[in-house]
Amino acid sequence: MPAAEIDVRLSGIRKTYGDVVAVDELDLDIKTGEFFTLLGPSGSGKTTTLRLIAGFERPDRGRIALGGRDVTNRAPYERDVNTVFQDYALFPHMTVADNVAYGLRVKGVPKAERKRRVQEILRVVRLPDVGRRKPVQLSGGQRQRIALARSLVNAPKVLLLDEPLGALDLKLRQEMQIELKRIQREVSEVGITFVYVTHDQEEALTMSDRLAVFNEGRIEQIGTPAEVYERPSTQFVAGFVGVSNVLERGGRTFTVRPEKIQMHFDETGGGELGRIEDVVYVGMFTRYIVELDSGGELTVVRQNLETSSQEALESRGKRVRLEWRPEHTFVIERGGGA
Amino acid sequence: MERKTTRAALLGWTVLVVLFLWTPLAIIAVYAFNSSNIQVWPIPGWTLHWFRVAWRDPDVRSSLWLSVNVGLRATGISLLLGTMAAFAIHRFRFFGRESISFLLLLPIALPGIITGMALNSFYVFTGISFSIWTIVIGHATFCIVVVYNNVLARLRRTQTSLVEASMDLGADGWQTFRFVVWPVLSTALVAGGLLAFALSFDEVIVTTFTAGAQTTLPIFILDNLKQGQQLPIVNVVAFAVILLTIVPVAISVRLTRDTGVLRRGAATVTAAESVEITTV
Repeated sequence: MPAAEIDVRLSGIRKTYGDVVAVDELDLDIKTGEFFTLLGPSGSGKTTTLRLIAGFERPDRGRIALGGRDVTNRAPYERDVNTVFQDYALFPHMTVADNVAYGLRVKGVPKAERKRRVQEILRVVRLPDVGRRKPVQLSGGQRQRIALARSLVNAPKVLLLDEPLGALDLKLRQEMQIELKRIQREVSEVGITFVYVTHDQEEALTMSDRLAVFNEGRIEQIGTPAEVYERPSTQFVAGFVGVSNVLERGGRTFTVRPEKIQMHFDETGGGELGRIEDVVYVGMFTRYIVELDSGGELTVVRQNLETSSQEALESRGKRVRLEWRPEHTFVIERGGGA
Repeated sequence: MERKTTRAALLGWTVLVVLFLWTPLAIIAVYAFNSSNIQVWPIPGWTLHWFRVAWRDPDVRSSLWLSVNVGLRATGISLLLGTMAAFAIHRFRFFGRESISFLLLLPIALPGIITGMALNSFYVFTGISFSIWTIVIGHATFCIVVVYNNVLARLRRTQTSLVEASMDLGADGWQTFRFVVWPVLSTALVAGGLLAFALSFDEVIVTTFTAGAQTTLPIFILDNLKQGQQLPIVNVVAFAVILLTIVPVAISVRLTRDTGVLRRGAATVTAAESVEITTV
């Protein structure tokens, strides 16, 4: 994979709907073959960005290039991208096989080859025997795979996925996350770039090569999951990706991740003193909300290695001392409204 | 679970309602085969004689032809205008959208006598002479509604992303229409058209105000029923009208019921669409 090759390039994009600014000053480079996630709360502009790449929307300002070619004014069917829709958008009057073959059919691919490629892709999504069924006869997870197959069979340069797992229940969603990564590896020899939209930070962190965090129509930060999680550059990112642990000390605003904080039940030693305000027992670990004497509040996570739930819950109201290493704190910009 | 007696009572009541609705129709159907020319019960014998007489009657023929003709034209106009209106209302948000939707639906709720009177005064006022077209326009006012309603209901439960998905997969506007939009809408159009035809075919009130010298089949029935001389023929014609109305309605109910085009939650959908059908 030529790492430097840019597959999707958005430059200076602005898009408004009436008075509402959906995205503004958007610059984004997505590399070939990369799994790139657009992460943000609803209304942050991530879906609009996806629709701009697909060609369903035209930007008010700025340029969109795919594989180095400017496609800003091209219709969706003139772009080498395919979309997996949130509601799957399977054609209800066609069989599954006809749905998957649709893109090949409108491009005039001969019937025999169509059939072969449909069978092949149905095997990739592990549903080789449902070709004759209608979409209504499939389960949610199966429809999701068929929607994926219908896009992948065209071997697009870029695959756009709009919250594709949003309609599935938690367990199925986790299965499909793994499945999606497997499929991406399987088709990676063709070099398909995945652009994935989600509001689920965990999904974004586990699946992406890189991600962009959206807020109010702008990108707050772009980076690998580890960079974004461990070194959030704004207060918004710190709060949205993980828990907002933001403190202001001596005119400096910084963040520290909850698992990097050590909690002691003595009051002698370094660090900051405070009182446990709340305890949330989460099975594998316990979350403590600590009110600091010098102002501010921190969330601390502790693995339940030796503590029982009883002990954990009884620690509410106790005095504690919190310590963290300076290299685990990161200075952030104010604002963003976490 | 309701108790057994409640269920029995409900069943009995339903049977009564169905009998109440269908007995008069059944009696007409039986009388159409009556071998005597006076209506007595029980009928003395069975015959197809009156069918032959009715078929040869020039008045019956001309009124049947006129009714079919009016029905087809009114249906054609309704399909065109109703579909376009449904698309406009569904696709665009504009000032007065709700009012236009209401104005389209109003004629079906308005008593026919009002529609008829209004149209009649309008024709007289503007000096338009009565013809087949004045009847067609009168019928179209309420036929547009059924097409509009059917198409709008279908559009509302068709995912808008289907068209986008088709374009996304490389289909241009024409291919998208041919492979996606048309198959999804066609049954709604056929159903709406059949209902519109059935509505037009047995319409009396608006027709009496908008027809000149012409006689449609229902008007023929009404006239001859009053005079009482040709009762056997009237029975045959009425029987034919019943058949010609029931068949399209039955087909359209089937078409709109389970086409596979439905999104999930089909139960609520069927309820919505059966509301439109009851307007017949």
